Amino acid sequence: MSNLLVLPILIPLATAVILIFLKEKIRLQRVISALSGLLNILIAVLLVTRVHSEGIQTLQMGGWLPPYGIVFVGDMFAVLLVMMASIVSFAILCYSFSSIGEQRERFYYYTFFQFLLVGVYGSFLTGDIFNLFVFFEVMLISSYALISLGGTKLQLRETSKYLLINIVSSTLFVAAVAYLYAAVGTLNMAHLSQRIAEAGQGGVLNVIAVLFLIVFSLKAGLFLFFWLPGSYSAPPAAVRALFGALLTKVGLYAIIRTFTLLFVNDPGFTHDWIAWMAAATMILGSLGAVAYKDIPRILNYNIIISVGFVAFGLAAGTADSMNGAVFYLLHDMLAKGLMFILGGMIISAAGTDRLGNMGGMIRKYPLLGWMFFILALALVGIPPLSGFAGKIMILRGALSEGMLTLSLIGLGSSFMVLFSLMKVFRLAFWGNEPKEEQPKVSLKAASAVAAGLLLLVIAMGIGAEVVYTYVSQAGDVLASPALYIEAIMKE
Amino acid sequence: MEILIALAIGVLFTVGAYLVLSKSLLRILLGTTLLAHGVHLLLLTMAGLKTGASPLLGEQADNYVDPLPQALILTSIVISFGVSAFFIVLAYRAYRSAGTDDVEGSKGERP
Repeated sequence: MSNLLVLPILIPLATAVILIFLKEKIRLQRVISALSGLLNILIAVLLVTRVHSEGIQTLQMGGWLPPYGIVFVGDMFAVLLVMMASIVSFAILCYSFSSIGEQRERFYYYTFFQFLLVGVYGSFLTGDIFNLFVFFEVMLISSYALISLGGTKLQLRETSKYLLINIVSSTLFVAAVAYLYAAVGTLNMAHLSQRIAEAGQGGVLNVIAVLFLIVFSLKAGLFLFFWLPGSYSAPPAAVRALFGALLTKVGLYAIIRTFTLLFVNDPGFTHDWIAWMAAATMILGSLGAVAYKDIPRILNYNIIISVGFVAFGLAAGTADSMNGAVFYLLHDMLAKGLMFILGGMIISAAGTDRLGNMGGMIRKYPLLGWMFFILALALVGIPPLSGFAGKIMILRGALSEGMLTLSLIGLGSSFMVLFSLMKVFRLAFWGNEPKEEQPKVSLKAASAVAAGLLLLVIAMGIGAEVVYTYVSQAGDVLASPALYIEAIMKE
Repeated sequence: MEILIALAIGVLFTVGAYLVLSKSLLRILLGTTLLAHGVHLLLLTMAGLKTGASPLLGEQADNYVDPLPQALILTSIVISFGVSAFFIVLAYRAYRSAGTDDVEGSKGERP
């Protein structure tokens, strides 16, 4: 029992409430939200070290013992994701200082930003399935506000689509919770896991498992990603970075949690579904990434590919591939945040998002160009960088299970990532400059943020051995749900 | 009793899904509301409709109805209320800026 676990949720919540009262004082808003971001990173690092030395942390809200009250659970997987989310969101916050524009800042941008973080951290840390729904809604409602903030015609149209998809999937989520409650009569995840194992998951529980898979896939963009490329190209770059780095990852986290803790008794059925959905996601995502010639679309389809890759790690289901999935998820939050920040910088430097109208930017912006190049290598998984360790562990796990086709699809999708990002690099940075002269844009502040994230990407690749000691502890809990259940249902 | 309510929920879901698939934004909006009604009724039904007193300890009854789903529904109602309010205002803004509430008509202009 330790109240430390609630701080990642409490701090952004309090910050958001304070920021409501400071509508016109933009500079003060920036200072306060930056300070709260730093504090959150500190707390998250503290949590990781605490979980590393003392094992899974639980916190019973109001002192009610599980399964009767709501319990917050910090196992290694959750706190690692909280730490990575706090680092990436802090970087994106700093990027929005220089890029989001005063008009949006005046209309509660930072408040929505903080509320979105509340939803994300809460979803990672909660141990109750209905509470997960509520935190999902906190996150989604803030994301509706962020995606429509500014109110251009394009944003309004894409928001109505995004809103409709998420209303339908939230409705399905509540329906799935209702069925689950009827079938086993509890909502606490650890208790659910016990009850489902006792009932010997089959028949109706498998149907409920597939319903949950559909719900979370809609949120994560696993196979059911038709809404994602359009919706994510509407908002400004900083918001897009936030969405690309965090939102789909929360859906993926929910899939991984659900299918490593609750529905683990019939993997031949559920995990086969996930495997084929992952394969389809990687293939369709690759097609999209190769097909388009504008930066937002290419980057959005790259999110989809990596969602498919993590789901592939989950489907393989060995200890090795679970570790790999955790590692890759952490790397991907970092790298996708950076990718959208760099994409936003390229767009604001070129004054257009069409690759056909760009060229020769390496002469004016050499730092930006080479940062993008290194990031592209990291996303593909070139050895010294951070994408490598996760990919190799997932592939090794999958091959030891004999999943040859899927491994080939996974490797092929990596080539497509390389191809699509190199297309951006080649068309934007090489060749001749377009005829009409673009004024040189100052990107100093944004470059500093991007360089910081890039250093982390490199450090995570070189220090993979150190990261692995934490990641393997997260993988252990995922591989054996008994550890999780014991930590919560102590008495 | 559960069978009857289940049929009613089925009708609500069918009509909701049909409306969501239509062209006009207003009909889509009504469809999402019907879906929300359906799912709230589903929560109530799935917990069982056995007869008992309302969950108030002052009733001094031998058995009460399950209080948990009522709390879940209450939570879910206010959430969908908030989201619907946002959706209605968004639809109004979209109508003002696009000049039509036809979702097919609001294409054009590349994202």
